[in-house]
Amino acid sequence: MPAGVSEELQSLAERIRAAATQRRVLRIRGGGSKDFYGAALQGELLETTHLTGIVDCEPTELVITARAGTALAAIECRLSEHGQMLAFEPPRFGERATIGGAVASGLSGPRRPYCGALRDFVLGVQIIDGRGELLRFGGRVIKNVAGFDVARLMAGSLGTLGLLTEVTLKTVPRPKAECTLQFELDQPLALERMSRWAARPLPISATAWHGGRLLVRLSGAQAAVRAARQELGGELMQQGAGEYWEALREQRLEFFSAAQPLWRISLPAHAPPLTSGDSLLEWGGALRWLRGPVESDAVRALACRLGGHATLFRASTKPAPGPFHPLSPSMLALHRRLKAVFDPQGLFNPGRLYPTL
Amino acid sequence: MIARLRRALAPGAVLYEQEDLRPYECDALTMHRELPLAVVLPSDEAEVTAVLELCHEAGVPVIARGAGTGLSGGATPRSDAVLMSLARLSRILEIDPHARIARVQPGVRNLAISEAVASHGLYYAPDPSSQIACTIGGNVAENSGGVHCLKYGLTVHNVLALRAATVEGEVLAIGAGALDWPGYDLLALLTGSEGLLAVVTEVTVRLIPKPECARVILAAFDSIVTAGRAVADIIAAGIIPAGLEMMDRATIAAVEPFVRAGYPLDAEAILLCESDGTAHEVHEEVAHMEEVLRRAGATECRVSRDEAERVRFWAGRKAAFPAVGTLAPDYYCMDGSIPRKCLAAVLEAIREMEIKYGLRCANVFHAGDGNLHPLILFDANVPQEAARAEAFGGEILELCVRHGGSITGEHGVGVEKLDHMCVQFGARELEVFHGVKRAFDERGLLNPGKALPSLHRCAEFGRLHVHAGQIPHPELPRF
Repeated sequence: MPAGVSEELQSLAERIRAAATQRRVLRIRGGGSKDFYGAALQGELLETTHLTGIVDCEPTELVITARAGTALAAIECRLSEHGQMLAFEPPRFGERATIGGAVASGLSGPRRPYCGALRDFVLGVQIIDGRGELLRFGGRVIKNVAGFDVARLMAGSLGTLGLLTEVTLKTVPRPKAECTLQFELDQPLALERMSRWAARPLPISATAWHGGRLLVRLSGAQAAVRAARQELGGELMQQGAGEYWEALREQRLEFFSAAQPLWRISLPAHAPPLTSGDSLLEWGGALRWLRGPVESDAVRALACRLGGHATLFRASTKPAPGPFHPLSPSMLALHRRLKAVFDPQGLFNPGRLYPTL
Repeated sequence: MIARLRRALAPGAVLYEQEDLRPYECDALTMHRELPLAVVLPSDEAEVTAVLELCHEAGVPVIARGAGTGLSGGATPRSDAVLMSLARLSRILEIDPHARIARVQPGVRNLAISEAVASHGLYYAPDPSSQIACTIGGNVAENSGGVHCLKYGLTVHNVLALRAATVEGEVLAIGAGALDWPGYDLLALLTGSEGLLAVVTEVTVRLIPKPECARVILAAFDSIVTAGRAVADIIAAGIIPAGLEMMDRATIAAVEPFVRAGYPLDAEAILLCESDGTAHEVHEEVAHMEEVLRRAGATECRVSRDEAERVRFWAGRKAAFPAVGTLAPDYYCMDGSIPRKCLAAVLEAIREMEIKYGLRCANVFHAGDGNLHPLILFDANVPQEAARAEAFGGEILELCVRHGGSITGEHGVGVEKLDHMCVQFGARELEVFHGVKRAFDERGLLNPGKALPSLHRCAEFGRLHVHAGQIPHPELPRF
């Protein structure tokens, strides 16, 4: 460990080295808000509880650096003071969600198709690898093409490559104006409409369809939002629009509360409507939540045929081979070789992403 | 080897005579030249994989090349390696205006994509200055940027999927037509990997609707430090300009006689600040930008009145590199990046270095992104000047790293910045990079010796050396 490294980091590195020596596996955890995500958890808890605090956040930079255990809410609050936000609206799924967990899960919220995904905003990371080494990749600048993009590789790796200890993300200014329009449309028409609008330079920042109702959020400069409102028509949502998008992002809408398994199906936006189960659409049709008694192999085969993939997002039991879309044998082999670069003994979150990873 | 390659490829697709190899002896980093073992010109994915299989079996290194416009030597040949030009994979395979994607072969030129989709009101956003010549495959390898990347992102933000052949000749499908994909983000890992991990055989790019209009503000400042602060003020005001570029007095003086853009010659620095979008949006944003720039101390603000004037304001910026070439017999072009808040401090430090090294430095850069292109002027015929210029440049890059920035914002490492990598990364990070390389290419056959310095190589710095204004590909505007 180089000089000047904090005690917290040193003690985490020591625990990792001890686990490596004693051949114990570790389960990395931030706030635990996404414990449900991925395959069953195993290993001794390695928490980032003490790694908190915003390291750097200046209004002129559109960049925030924070230690991994910092609450997502605290980060959003600070950014809001500067008139900024995380463009990808990461789902928190509870107050305890941390920024490290957000990066490790790689999940993005309603704004994703219009502004970019979490991975698009990752600029740099500090990690401790499976040898207990403290490493830095990327940086705090927007343009940086030196070395492989290991920082972005961490996004969505579910802690299988290392312990995130600090992350740097790009931020964006908050839009000056925002409004939400409602349309009564069936699913095929809603899909057609969203696709048509996406080809136009309109300030759309979120879309959602469920049960015959399409909601469209517009965000941007006053003039742009006003002009788009006139062009799109529909009915202005006078009340509760902010709460609706927040509830969608946090999966607190009634749709998400049913007991049946919840599938997350990621497809090309123009893919036809899914016929089985109850669907909620986001991302202009590129993200489809499916609830109902559907057969796992059938969902995966369908998603694959339509050019996407399916994840068993929430379920009381997650049958083999796990919640994520299986990789081809050569792709899995490549994943395992990459994992071995960072975590040669397979200490971190074994099996959470794929059974042999 | 050559006989086997000739059997695997179409007639005329293998070059091995010296005079045929000569055009491929370097890319745009012309100070590094070497004739390759052979040049192969596959015309489809199957031929690419056939070459890779053959070379892998024989243990012969392969270097992929797009248009050869890279400034850092990413496609510099080696005498023991096959140079694989992807220029013949130049077909646009599919344009889907409905899904707003284009699926193209790697040898398609960057600008050709935007031209092909223009009739649908769409375009491909990343616009490196060499866009009329550079290929999309090369853009993926280098994670190319452009003047508009502050608002529209780099290549990594605009590519949705790749087909890429491994060193063994197996084709991997990476990314998807959907907005995410299972497993690790190999799309991010391959983008900017400088041909070390795989050979891209197909690229699916995201297209975006063309903005209705654009206007640019030309703002003059009586101090470069004030101009640097104005950049920070623009961002702090919640504005993301479509482009935000800066030029200092030396550059303005060199450029103005060239293009007659109407730049104020008495200014210490000028900013070009562009807004794009709908007419309403642009009107609103330009007013806001102008207010911020004036409050920040701009001595003059001129808003482009029409498209012709907008193009004229930009013409000077685009001609900056060749124009600076007239100021001195030689210059070194640097490519560092820093956090925006450090702009003023770094510019001041560069001013002091000019005195320390007794050399002038013209500054042209993507101010909005914090991507500097200091051009250090010298005369290679004066003893010691080249060495002083080199030391000057090295100190600038170290300063960038010290401020939390990078040794390369957009030109890549290639062979040019191998040594600087050791300034930015520690030995442990470099070991991880080598590990990633081995995970894809165990024997190190893809573009060996590029982008990653070996651990014992950390001594001296190299950079783009321009002699007598002889910039490689002088027909291309260089940012």
